[in-house]
Amino acid sequence: MSFADVAVSLKGQTVAMSLRKQFSLVQAKEWCIKVALIACASLSLVTTLAIVYTFITEALVGIAPNTAFFQDVSPVDFLTDTKWSPQFSEKHFGILPLLCGTLMIAGIGGLIGLPIGLAAAIYLSEYAKPKLRRIVKPLLEVLAGIPSIVYGYFAIAFITPHILRPIFQGLFGIEVEFFNAMSAGIVVGVMIIPTVCSLSEDALRSVPRSLREAGYALGSTKFDVSLKVVVPAALSGIIASFLLALSRAIGETMAVCIAGGNKPQLSFNPLVSMQTMTAYIVNASLGDTPAGTIEYKSLYAVAFSLFVITLAMNILAQRVMKRFREVYE
Amino acid sequence: MNVPTDRVDAVIAPPVQSMKLHEPALVMRHRIGKVFEWTCFCSTWFGIVVLAMLLVSVTIQALSWPVKPKPTVTTSSATAKADVKPQSPPLSTAFLTSYDSRRPREAGIIAGLWGSLWLLVLVGLFAVPIGVGSALYLEEYSNEGRWKQIIQVNLSNLAGVPSIVYGILGLTAFVRMFGFFESAKTAVINLGITTIDIPLPFDRSVIAGALTLALLVLPTVIVAAQEALRAVPGSIRTASYALGATQWQTIRHQVIPAAMPGIMTGIILALSRAMGEAAPLMLIGALTYVRYCPGDIETFGDIWRDPHGLLEAPFSKFTALPLQIYNWINHPNADFHHIAAAGIVVLLVILLVMNTAAILIRHRFQKRTQW
Repeated sequence: MSFADVAVSLKGQTVAMSLRKQFSLVQAKEWCIKVALIACASLSLVTTLAIVYTFITEALVGIAPNTAFFQDVSPVDFLTDTKWSPQFSEKHFGILPLLCGTLMIAGIGGLIGLPIGLAAAIYLSEYAKPKLRRIVKPLLEVLAGIPSIVYGYFAIAFITPHILRPIFQGLFGIEVEFFNAMSAGIVVGVMIIPTVCSLSEDALRSVPRSLREAGYALGSTKFDVSLKVVVPAALSGIIASFLLALSRAIGETMAVCIAGGNKPQLSFNPLVSMQTMTAYIVNASLGDTPAGTIEYKSLYAVAFSLFVITLAMNILAQRVMKRFREVYE
Repeated sequence: MNVPTDRVDAVIAPPVQSMKLHEPALVMRHRIGKVFEWTCFCSTWFGIVVLAMLLVSVTIQALSWPVKPKPTVTTSSATAKADVKPQSPPLSTAFLTSYDSRRPREAGIIAGLWGSLWLLVLVGLFAVPIGVGSALYLEEYSNEGRWKQIIQVNLSNLAGVPSIVYGILGLTAFVRMFGFFESAKTAVINLGITTIDIPLPFDRSVIAGALTLALLVLPTVIVAAQEALRAVPGSIRTASYALGATQWQTIRHQVIPAAMPGIMTGIILALSRAMGEAAPLMLIGALTYVRYCPGDIETFGDIWRDPHGLLEAPFSKFTALPLQIYNWINHPNADFHHIAAAGIVVLLVILLVMNTAAILIRHRFQKRTQW
């Protein structure tokens, strides 16, 4: 910045300065700006490297005096042990209960969010009049902008007492715990609707008109055209949107932390409290665990697993998008 | 949609009524089609109906205290009297101007409001120049080479990293600074008239939280700015070059002004995301129960009275709106849940204002600039 100022003031003072010299100053300024911008752009790479470095040193291979999590706990135990109890005296570090909670909640979320999001996308792209689109799209953006902590509150203050309890406890007599995976899954499902809807809609709308018209020319109804022509043609984009939404559901933190509770357990009953990987990380960090202890390192191990899962899904989504995209002229 | 599909539909599919009875298959197909259309229609409104339910239920809770069953045995007449006394609802002006309290009816969010405001300002200071700079480099300077591709792929991967992982990064990189400092130190910077005390590592200060959130929203800012820059037509640049402008002059005086509305919209949306984010702050250990504001600035007047607070604030411990809400939600006392609802209403109103601003900017400039 200061260099740039010097260049400008020199330019103002010395009119008689040779053109060549002036030109080189301008060039120097251009060069400096370019370097600064390159530095900005590299910061995103530095962020990635910092994340990787953090995980390597805390979870995989520690630096000299410190040991990493997987040097203290064997990765086999981590992946196969069915108990997660880092706070107890008899410590177990089996990721399975946390993974079970995560997959259960993300699964319920997916069962709700994916079909509804896709159906909404089909409606907006194939059926809706432009006027309706103009109303619905901003509302869905608002839905996407609601912080996840608000959804968590909604789950325990409204969904569990006013929807789940009357249905399951009132009608079927099944006990519903105050914290349960079902309410967390429902709000996660609602949270991913905007993601699925907007990405799928983009994919559906990029299918050329000629395909639809060809369908109608063969005597198809609108239903046939939408579901048997347009959706298959946009399938790569739709699958990518599903993968991205699910990876978001897996990485979702505050809503599942509030609504899902914090009891890590391996269970297939969605009406009991379940701790997810993200919820464990938040709860462990709340309790002021001193750095260097095994509980503290377990935080990194869980976050590392989460990072690997979501990264794999994101990369898969990008691959699907690129590989199977039908290119229309 | 450039051509309405309805017209084609009307020509090709005649109304069901006019169809002969001996074509039951076609009638069936149209019926299925109608059912499908209605299913899709309901799905479209599902999210919005849930949104409405959410807003209504939160607002109702924010405006009323939980109904308490009448105490069967009155142990002390004093507490009974306090209950009878008419009280302001959880969401009131007192709520906005008082600190958190162990007593739900006295709890307020001023500490969270100021904490969040400080975070927003600092996140903006970090993320905006760096984000726009990155976008400028990617769109204006770099040629379609391997380097650009690497950064681009990296960006889309970073955008998908869960926010809690950024929290872990913030905890390691900013709060503990990779354990680089054996013991906590304080760097004193002398500005002549005053000094700034910078704790090293940053510990649980506002600046650690802001840096973490800045990294979190950076991909959003970059992608939004890139899209805005891409929408500026090449002819503007060519014209500027033809008049003898250098590349930076072209960018500074032509491209950035033209792309400004898009960039602003992206920035506001990114900041509103940072505003509602709780998980990373939780992880870096921001406090949930705080009875002071960063730098002891409680009102805007305090900034003029004690400007030194401005320098202290980024390095003081803090809480933020979503963290206070989380703390209240987790409280066993049901009164606090209504306080949490009041906090949520405040948070949503702030986000709504920010989002409306973004939409207005987009609309206003979309109409004006036509290439």
